[in-house]
Amino acid sequence: MIQLFAAATGEVPGISEVVLWAIILCPLAAFAAITLYVRHLPKIAGYLSILAIGVSFVLSLIALVDVLGAGGGIAIYSHDWFRAGPLELALGVRIDGLTAVMLVVVSSVSLLVQVYSQGYMEGDPGYGRYYAYMSLFITAMLGLVLADNLFMLFIFWELVGLSSYLLIGFWFHKPSAASAAKKAFIVTRIGDLGLLAAILLIWTRHDTLAIHEIHDLALTGALAGTTLTLFGLGLFAGAVGKSAQFPLHVWLPDAMEGPTPVSALIHAATMVAAGVYLMARFFPVIEASPDALNVVGWIGAATVAVGASLALVQTDLKRVLAYSTISQLGYMMLALGVFGYAVAVFHLFTHAFFKALLFLGSGSVNHATNTFDMRLMGGLRTVMPITFWTFLIGTLSLSGIFPLAGFWSKDEILLEAWVNNKGLYAVAAIASFVTALYMFRAIFLTFFGTYKGGEPVDHEDEDSHFHGDPAHPHESSWVMTVPLLILTAGAIAAGWWAWGKEFHHFVEAAVPGGLHKAPDFSYWIAITSSLIAVAGIGTAWAIYHRGLVSSAEIRKVAFPLVALLENKFFLDDLYERAFAVQAFQRGWNRLVEVFDTTAVDGAVNGVGWVGTQSSRVLRHAQTGQVQLYGVGIAAGVFIVAIIVFIANPL
Amino acid sequence: MLTLEHFLTVGALLFCLGLVIALSKRNAIGVLMGIELMLNSVNLTLIAFSRFSDGPAEIAGHAFVAFIITVAAAEAAVALALAVAVYRSRQTVEVDQLDLLKL
Repeated sequence: MIQLFAAATGEVPGISEVVLWAIILCPLAAFAAITLYVRHLPKIAGYLSILAIGVSFVLSLIALVDVLGAGGGIAIYSHDWFRAGPLELALGVRIDGLTAVMLVVVSSVSLLVQVYSQGYMEGDPGYGRYYAYMSLFITAMLGLVLADNLFMLFIFWELVGLSSYLLIGFWFHKPSAASAAKKAFIVTRIGDLGLLAAILLIWTRHDTLAIHEIHDLALTGALAGTTLTLFGLGLFAGAVGKSAQFPLHVWLPDAMEGPTPVSALIHAATMVAAGVYLMARFFPVIEASPDALNVVGWIGAATVAVGASLALVQTDLKRVLAYSTISQLGYMMLALGVFGYAVAVFHLFTHAFFKALLFLGSGSVNHATNTFDMRLMGGLRTVMPITFWTFLIGTLSLSGIFPLAGFWSKDEILLEAWVNNKGLYAVAAIASFVTALYMFRAIFLTFFGTYKGGEPVDHEDEDSHFHGDPAHPHESSWVMTVPLLILTAGAIAAGWWAWGKEFHHFVEAAVPGGLHKAPDFSYWIAITSSLIAVAGIGTAWAIYHRGLVSSAEIRKVAFPLVALLENKFFLDDLYERAFAVQAFQRGWNRLVEVFDTTAVDGAVNGVGWVGTQSSRVLRHAQTGQVQLYGVGIAAGVFIVAIIVFIANPL
Repeated sequence: MLTLEHFLTVGALLFCLGLVIALSKRNAIGVLMGIELMLNSVNLTLIAFSRFSDGPAEIAGHAFVAFIITVAAAEAAVALALAVAVYRSRQTVEVDQLDLLKL
């Protein structure tokens, strides 16, 4: 079944369905081939994976150009998969502005990360396995954005979760990596329960899982009231888990245990964007429910605040970036909460480039110093010029400095928030000051001052595959720096697409009806947000570079606050002690154990007890005396005869 | 005038006698004799029904009786052979002694 929806220009994307399926199947084929045949041939596995994702990237670009040419129309190709009673499931792909943008973001960042990984993962015994997992992950992510119905989306959604688990725990012999993988899997599963509940709800109430039909239901008002709100919040619960929103954000910083390219791809550019994508995809549903919209906005604001404040006290470079990611994802949710559907997608788009850049830059630093601890770095500006300049541009972009990509998207979020919800604007504006502060703190600690020697190589440690000499750091090889340079181009220029609201019209055409009119560019907001960012940079410069105010002094003055931040608002402790140990181990598990030993075992033992007890009585009937059995038979016949006689009197 | 009820009463009495003998005699030969008595009471009943009914059922009763007499003869031959075989191995044909199935 093919359904085409014309955009305002009256055109529809003419791209062939085969191309869209090929985008998913290329990395899947690479995954299968690597797993089955070339897992132990690392070089070939790497090239195969890069080739597959390269093809997907080219096809994604073709799809994007095609949808652009059609002015953002929608094409849906749906096929029956199977029927089970009233349940009819479909497999289908959907191409529109939102999907096309996501395809290009996912495949381009993946391609660069795959190239970069050749340098970063060099010599790792799991090199082939790494590329297999990465290919699986990319398959899942591409399928997620192409899916035309909720069920298929859910399958790929869970596949994303699975491959994320595999990649976080890639170095599974490290206990910290193994437990981080489990934590990520379990925490996101809590949110996925909400998504599953939403899917069941919409299917039982409205008998459909197709995305465009759900859009219609929300727009025509057939889906309304409590069902609408619950459906929206269920979807949002899934997004909270996957996109690391407060209070389920705790898995993301720990996920930094995975290889750094994984962090760049999954925990910055794509997987965590899946939640934002889900919300954007079902924006008509969220928009129709003011309650859900408010929840999304304020959870987003809480995430912005929590992420930004925690990033301030991290000493691990990657964890700064992880909390920064949480905070930026919060911005996207906040934007959705103030009707900024297109703006949220736009920020997702620009963020993917500069955050992937920053993560890959941190990996490059790690490759030179054998550590992520910023206290052991410093002065790397001169020895690693490419890494330094690209990292600096990424940081400026993230801080929202004109005319880099981050400026345009963050400015528009602030503008939407200012127009629609002043409270959310205040949170977002203060957090943008903190953003500039923590990012430049990282810059000054890592690249300025004097070098503090890095982490000496532990030759006893079999897991360490470090090649260089941390005492004399050097610039990374070209397979690592070229992706950095390409991403830098994205971090600079990705925002210009928004000029004249072109990006917005394009993406807005992807979800029908009830579209919110984006406010016009405001110089007042732009100048204010720039000044806030510059103030943050200046503060970082004063504290961490010039030492005008000693950071030790600040720690003393703000002692309780620092303690609160360094313990991550005690959220991990709360979850560990209150939920995992008290509620779950001591409470629920004890309950289950008692139920098991009494009810379940009781039932089994009870059946046996009844058997032995009754046989103890009944065994006396079996005497071995044939005549006694004969008496039994005769008595039985006699009794039956009497019953028949009573029932049928003459 | 003899009616059907007379024949049936005699048949029922013979059957009960045979049953009591079959269930109470300790000697296997006696038990076999009780069973023969029961079979013959059934024969008598069948013949009586045959005599007092018309049409094809009349010949059906005779046919049944002929079969039963044949089968009973075969049964008696097998049963007596079994009794002899049991006596040879156990030196007894008292049925209350033959309770090996009980373990």
